[in-house]
Amino acid sequence: MNAHTNDDHGIGHVSPIWMLLGVFALLIFFTVMTVAVTYIDLGPANIWIALGVAVIKATLVGLYFMHLRYDSPFNSLILVCAFLFLALFIGIALMDTGEYQQNIGPPDTVRPVAG
Amino acid sequence: MSVIQDQVKVSGYGGQQGPGETNYINHSKGIMSWLLTLDHKRIGLMYMIAVLTAFLGGGLCAIALRTMLYMRSAPDVAPITTGTQDVYNQLFTLHGAILVFMFIIPAVPAILGNMILPLMLGAKDVAFPRLNLLSWYCYMAGATFFLFVLLSGGLDTGWTFYTPYSTSTSTSVAAATMGAFILGFSSILTGLNFIATIHMLRPAGMGWFRMPLFLWALYATSIIQVLATPVLAITLMLLAAERILHVGIFDPALGGDPVLFQHFFWFYSHPAVYIMILPGMGIISELMATFCRRQVFGYSFIAFSSIAIALLGFLVWGHHMYTSGQSAMTNAIFSLITFSVAIPSAIKIFNWLATMYKGSISLATPMLYALAFIWLFTIGGLTGVFLGALSLDIMAHDTYFVVAHFHYVMVGSMLTSFIGGMYYWWPKMFGKMYNETVAKVAWFLIFFGFNLTFFIQFIAGSQGMPRRYADYLPEFAIYHQISTLGSYVLAIGLFLVLYNWIQSLVSGPKAPQNPWGGNTLEWHTSSPPPHENFIEDPHVTEPYEMRAWDYDESIDGYVYDKAKAIELDKQSQH
Amino acid sequence: MSNEQKHTGDTGHGDNHHPPDHPAHLAHHFETPEQQFESGKLGMWVFLATEVLMFGGLFCAYAIYRGNHQDVFLYGYGALDKMWGATNTVVLLASSLTMAWGVRAAQKGQQKLLLTMLFLTFMGGVGFMCIKGVEYKAKWDHNLFPGTMNAFYYEAGQPKYPEKLEHAIEFIDGRNSGGNSGGEVQGGGGHGLLDADVPYDESPAIEHDAQQVGHDGAGHIVSASPVILTASFGAPADMSTIKPPASPADMGVNDAVIDHAGVLTTPSAEHTQVLWRDLSSAEQKKVHLFFGIYFMMTGLHGLHVLIGMILIAWLFWKAKKGAFNKDYFAPVDIGGLYWHLVDLIWIFLFPLLYLIH
Ligand code: HEM
Ligand SMILES: [Cu+2]
Repeated sequence: MNAHTNDDHGIGHVSPIWMLLGVFALLIFFTVMTVAVTYIDLGPANIWIALGVAVIKATLVGLYFMHLRYDSPFNSLILVCAFLFLALFIGIALMDTGEYQQNIGPPDTVRPVAG
Repeated sequence: MSVIQDQVKVSGYGGQQGPGETNYINHSKGIMSWLLTLDHKRIGLMYMIAVLTAFLGGGLCAIALRTMLYMRSAPDVAPITTGTQDVYNQLFTLHGAILVFMFIIPAVPAILGNMILPLMLGAKDVAFPRLNLLSWYCYMAGATFFLFVLLSGGLDTGWTFYTPYSTSTSTSVAAATMGAFILGFSSILTGLNFIATIHMLRPAGMGWFRMPLFLWALYATSIIQVLATPVLAITLMLLAAERILHVGIFDPALGGDPVLFQHFFWFYSHPAVYIMILPGMGIISELMATFCRRQVFGYSFIAFSSIAIALLGFLVWGHHMYTSGQSAMTNAIFSLITFSVAIPSAIKIFNWLATMYKGSISLATPMLYALAFIWLFTIGGLTGVFLGALSLDIMAHDTYFVVAHFHYVMVGSMLTSFIGGMYYWWPKMFGKMYNETVAKVAWFLIFFGFNLTFFIQFIAGSQGMPRRYADYLPEFAIYHQISTLGSYVLAIGLFLVLYNWIQSLVSGPKAPQNPWGGNTLEWHTSSPPPHENFIEDPHVTEPYEMRAWDYDESIDGYVYDKAKAIELDKQSQH
Repeated sequence: MSNEQKHTGDTGHGDNHHPPDHPAHLAHHFETPEQQFESGKLGMWVFLATEVLMFGGLFCAYAIYRGNHQDVFLYGYGALDKMWGATNTVVLLASSLTMAWGVRAAQKGQQKLLLTMLFLTFMGGVGFMCIKGVEYKAKWDHNLFPGTMNAFYYEAGQPKYPEKLEHAIEFIDGRNSGGNSGGEVQGGGGHGLLDADVPYDESPAIEHDAQQVGHDGAGHIVSASPVILTASFGAPADMSTIKPPASPADMGVNDAVIDHAGVLTTPSAEHTQVLWRDLSSAEQKKVHLFFGIYFMMTGLHGLHVLIGMILIAWLFWKAKKGAFNKDYFAPVDIGGLYWHLVDLIWIFLFPLLYLIH
């Protein structure tokens, strides 16, 4: 192995410093932005904007801090799968609870908690 | 000249092991060499002892249950009181919880998977041996919690822990949820390990489609373990928070939503039923190939149907909630998707049947279990489809029909495939043969006893006998009596299996390296394997190409002809 | 064992000739350091997937309660402090930066830099936990801990701690109506507020609010929140919690909103605010659920921060002993992945809990 003489040879991807700092700057920018947006009332759009910004931030962290961009694509697939299954779970549960919500009586119509 | 040929001493292997050679069992001595071992085979054995002990405990609960129900038909002898009803509730809960979380989920992956998976890959170990050991300790810690539950007031919620009852009963729900939570961790660690191992430690020459089908099944199982079990973990954590702090997310008296608990629970627990059955299906694929001495019919269909079952299994959890207040629209959607799960299951069944067709079938004990599996899984799976139909399930839900359905799949299918797999790999694990006659008698008792116990429950259920009751109307007495008698036969059969195994350990004849002539890589090493699994690198070919193994009467086993194997391999490449 | 015998994983490392004797850090069952490194990473990613799904359960509970009880969330979130939340976000992002930088240092064999970065990352964790501590302390002071400790806890339809409840209402109402839009604290208190059995549309508070809207016109669209909420979340289920306007007073309120609709969209207006009296009596009994969910989510996350800190302390200790070099830094990389995931989850928790509309 001649890794000792060659700086960039080795296992894994070495992120340049400008990239780390750049990603960090973007993350801070988006954080400020998402807080700023709450001072503007955009109705239903607010929560989707907040979530959209969160997704962008998460993607940045994943791609660069967690090296996904330079990694085996299978690792990204695992993460995407996790989110897909989560979406499935939340989606169906949300749909169903929305449908039956009117059948749930107010709390004081139910027997008190024991213990 | 290929690299392979350079290496090959064209002599083959498979003769008797010389005396005095060490294997993984006698490799090192002392209790600490077991408790701190990182060897996947030893961890598999430790799992075997622990899991079979849990099986015994859960099984004894079942016998007690059935006996109570039998006695009920003679009320003068055993009058039913609230006291006996409480005992009954505790018994069926412990029976279910112990057998689900401590036996049926870990049984195949943690015992046979740990033992065989690295061998089938020609690897020295799983990817993360330390995590593997940790998973065993998690199992033991979870089991300890359940022991604590036993000693501290028991548990009477059913294995499903439904709220709001589970937030208000005075039994040890918090300890039981902690136990199941930790057991979940042990299951996650196993799954994680298998995924990484299958990805990273396959040998040169073994692409995905040269993997034994057992590994495909374990891979699909691992996906479910990894993606579903964490949801159980958070469910149980919230349930504990509910009990300890009264957070109220699932408690209607506090403004919570009890149906939401069921969504949480079944999002894990329906996929979990495939954690139970998929590895069993993998075993059946191996048994079919070896004992029909044939390439498995429709290899890639079986492989992909495992993955399809794993994924579809995530889409049907609502079929447990048709009558729980789930909305009509969701009911309809889940009912439709439930039917579709039958497709990949049926694909497997038909491919196994096609494998048997014109095969030279040998009715050795493992094969008998495989045949029982096909029979019983067909019944269990089809009644599952019945129950998936909304209109029928409204009537059959929470009756003995459901009890019969899931026992056909959990006991009839999963348990038979597990025992079949244990018999199949027994010589490999311990280097000993077992008494074939006793094994066959035990098989018959199990098959007969099982059907006697559970078939009648379909009828009782369709007549309206509800599940989880200590009491029943007189017209159901005959069903319960027959069922109880059947359960005794089943129990005798299972004890006979245990006797058979112990007797084999004590005085069984020495097993050859390859008693069945299978060609998956675990047969390419000695029985039992050495500490390092393989002395000589195994020769990777098509997993079910068995023609290079020749029967040798002097050792009652098969001997490998490597030259022939290379020749056959060349032919198959063209 | 022959060197020719290769293992191929999915990342296709087959041709790496490793030195004839295994390096010390290479476990016996791996062929090459690359294979070991990639396996470790794969294992960590699978584990992270389990973490995502475990937190996912909490996100699911959140989505369902928020979807079906929007105003309970609007009300309860008033107790949280956006600025602390944002500060903590920045702290965690910064510690993620130092962690990633630490991995770089490890890869390049820069021992001193690695130690510094690990230390800074650890301190980021400390900072995060301290701020969380400050926030939790504030909740504790106002009796907002979850379950039976919560001021909003009801038992058999009655508040369990009427006095604490009164105080908590004053606290949250004050924050919800005061703050940036400059309105004075509503004259809360009063026994009427605690009379949970007064149904929404009979509550005297409504007239009061209608007047309020009339007075200051500064965007106190509070009183009509249910109407706005339905529009803004769009979940049909919300309909069930909204009583149709039953009295002229109600109609008046709605009119007031429409009058002020323009104010809603102007940048200077503070967003929708909900006061205690705007909640229906059923919703009032669910306010404690908001705190239950808040504490479950931040609590589990905080636990993960703690575990991450232990991990980083361990890495620091190993690094100090010189365990890592450019050929062997996998634990730093893999530990880093865990730390980034903790950050990633917070990236979602922050807007969902602290930036509610
Ligand atoms: C062809 C595939 C299957 C289908 C369509 C199916 C369908 C169903 C349905 C609809 C129910 C709900 C019945 C009710 O409670 O009213 C049910 C219950 C159950 N099934 Fe299956 N099933 C299938 C396979 C399996 C397998 C392979 C297992 C386990 C190895 C299993 C285990 C269970 C269990 C444990 C329950 C009862 C849960 C409880 O209420 O305690 N099923 N099945
Ligand atoms: Cu199911």
